Amino acid sequence: MSNEISDPTAASGAADSEGRRPERLLSRRQLTARRRRDSFTRNWGMFKANKQAMVGLGILVFFTVVAFLSPLLVSADAIDPAAASGPPNSPPSANYWLGTDSFGRSVLSLLIVGSRVSLLVGVTATIGAVLIGATVGLVSGYYGGTRIDTVLGTLTDWFLVIPWLVLAIVMAAILGPTLFNVILVIAVTSWAMTARIVRAQTLSVRRRPFIERARALGASDWSIITHHVLPNVFPVIFAQAVLTVAVAILSETTLAILGLGDPTAISWGRIIEEAFNAGSMANGYWWWMIPPGIAIICVTLAVTMCGYALEEIFNPKLRRRH
Amino acid sequence: MRLRYIRRKCGWALLTLWFVLTANFFLFRIMPGDPIGLLARSQRLSAEALAHQLTLFGLDRPLPLQYLIYLKQTLTGHLGVSIISGTDISTLIAGRIWPTVLLVGVGTGLAALVGVLIGIKGGWARGTSFDRSSLYGSLLLYATPEGWLGMLLLITFAGTLGWFPAGGYTSSSGDTAPQLGDIASHLFLPALTLTLGYIGSFVIVMRSSMIDVKDEDYITTARAKGLSDGQVRRRHAVPNAFLPSFTLIVLSVGFILGGAIVVETVFSWPGLGLLTYQAIKDQDYPVLQAVFLLSSLAVIIANLVADITYGFLDPRIEEV
Repeated sequence: MSNEISDPTAASGAADSEGRRPERLLSRRQLTARRRRDSFTRNWGMFKANKQAMVGLGILVFFTVVAFLSPLLVSADAIDPAAASGPPNSPPSANYWLGTDSFGRSVLSLLIVGSRVSLLVGVTATIGAVLIGATVGLVSGYYGGTRIDTVLGTLTDWFLVIPWLVLAIVMAAILGPTLFNVILVIAVTSWAMTARIVRAQTLSVRRRPFIERARALGASDWSIITHHVLPNVFPVIFAQAVLTVAVAILSETTLAILGLGDPTAISWGRIIEEAFNAGSMANGYWWWMIPPGIAIICVTLAVTMCGYALEEIFNPKLRRRH
Repeated sequence: MRLRYIRRKCGWALLTLWFVLTANFFLFRIMPGDPIGLLARSQRLSAEALAHQLTLFGLDRPLPLQYLIYLKQTLTGHLGVSIISGTDISTLIAGRIWPTVLLVGVGTGLAALVGVLIGIKGGWARGTSFDRSSLYGSLLLYATPEGWLGMLLLITFAGTLGWFPAGGYTSSSGDTAPQLGDIASHLFLPALTLTLGYIGSFVIVMRSSMIDVKDEDYITTARAKGLSDGQVRRRHAVPNAFLPSFTLIVLSVGFILGGAIVVETVFSWPGLGLLTYQAIKDQDYPVLQAVFLLSSLAVIIANLVADITYGFLDPRIEEV
């Protein structure tokens, strides 16, 4: 399969204008790798030039590192309500930088441990949502105008209009409060936007000559979708996925505040719920209530900044907006 | 004239309604434990109420028949009884619907109005400090979980400062009719939470459509005619840039209903959201089912109205 072919970019106008000639013959694999590397370098350069996006990326790296290191930073005893040693409900002090909760657990420890579940739910629910959304969008765009497209399009439209947060809440209440169900419910209710965007992009890619060429050479639908459409649609999927993480984290918070989160897993949303139910409003335990909310805002904002930057890079029409 | 367009939109609304009903039927049946067992477990339900629910929805019949019975009962307004209190759900909802309409109406209205105005100003004067701060402010509010925001407002303005009541719909109890001012002071914080929680998306959408419109030829023409900047903006830019925001306003009914569940819970606002929260706690599935059905219905109607209005606002839409 892997024939020796000459670099086709040399034949195209773009390469000619740079005056580049094929120095040597490249295998198809090498060629693809080089092209991907080039476009990555180019896009990374644009991303780096975006100040907000870089700040966002920094925040995300920080929280990801904290989440991964959390087992080392906080011992299991420190967040066990029965084993906690601190004074209950004490305001921030030298020993407890962010104070303690009603069980005498350090709020900082809870926050560090909570990052793990919040990010895990955000990322896995997004992966689920994007898998559903991208599949629906690719298939419906590729078969655009056929009955499959009508059915999938109607389904997508339906998920876009229904009150998805209400659906998520009702589904979570019915399925029961486990981590898996929370992820499942968020994934099932937040894929529609991805599907719509991917479909539109697929429709435009489908009309390009190289798809026709592949079909003329006898490629199957499956191979055209996976080898020719998907790589071209992927940047859009990626940008949309990053934006979906924000939705997923906010949805998890909402579910947790309503008591629909996994009772055995500490997430930022759950810390807020516990703080609220412990009457931190009446008693003024602001140190318990405020930090998890700030953490959620930081991550959501960071993700949104990165997502917008990626959207701008991959969709040049948006570039003049900011 | 536009009959075909309107008819198509009505058809789509009916199809969506059928979708919602079907999803609702199956959602209720995938949960752990069958409906009959669930009903029987509920101790507060009298034998008669149980039998009533059984016959009303034919829960002992085969599934396809149950589905048809469910469709018929729901369409004729029979939503069943709450498995906790045994009250008829239609009655339960009728008592809770107006506080929610008031809260979501005020919250959505203010968010849309203020958001669109800020978006117009920012998009028209892109890059100014007003534009930058409103954009960053919107992104910040967008990233804030509205339940948490509500809690903070509650702690600050009802708890520490004591300016507003800490929750509920009214302070008057019993027979005395609630005073308008009393309701307004109870409404202020939850409505503010919803407004702040959703204003960001309106600012962002209106701003970017203003920016899109700004470079259009007809704007240049309007300027060339000698119109003032304000006139160009008011007469030519805003009417053309408004359509995406209009769609968003209508669609937002759906997600603000979701947000209302959390906000009503935080502020003990006695609407459908608080009813939902109680139903979650009590695992009162028929009530949850009814709430989802009702909120979907609200969204479907809002969309239908929007689509038809859209057809009048923008005649080009018919051709699509």
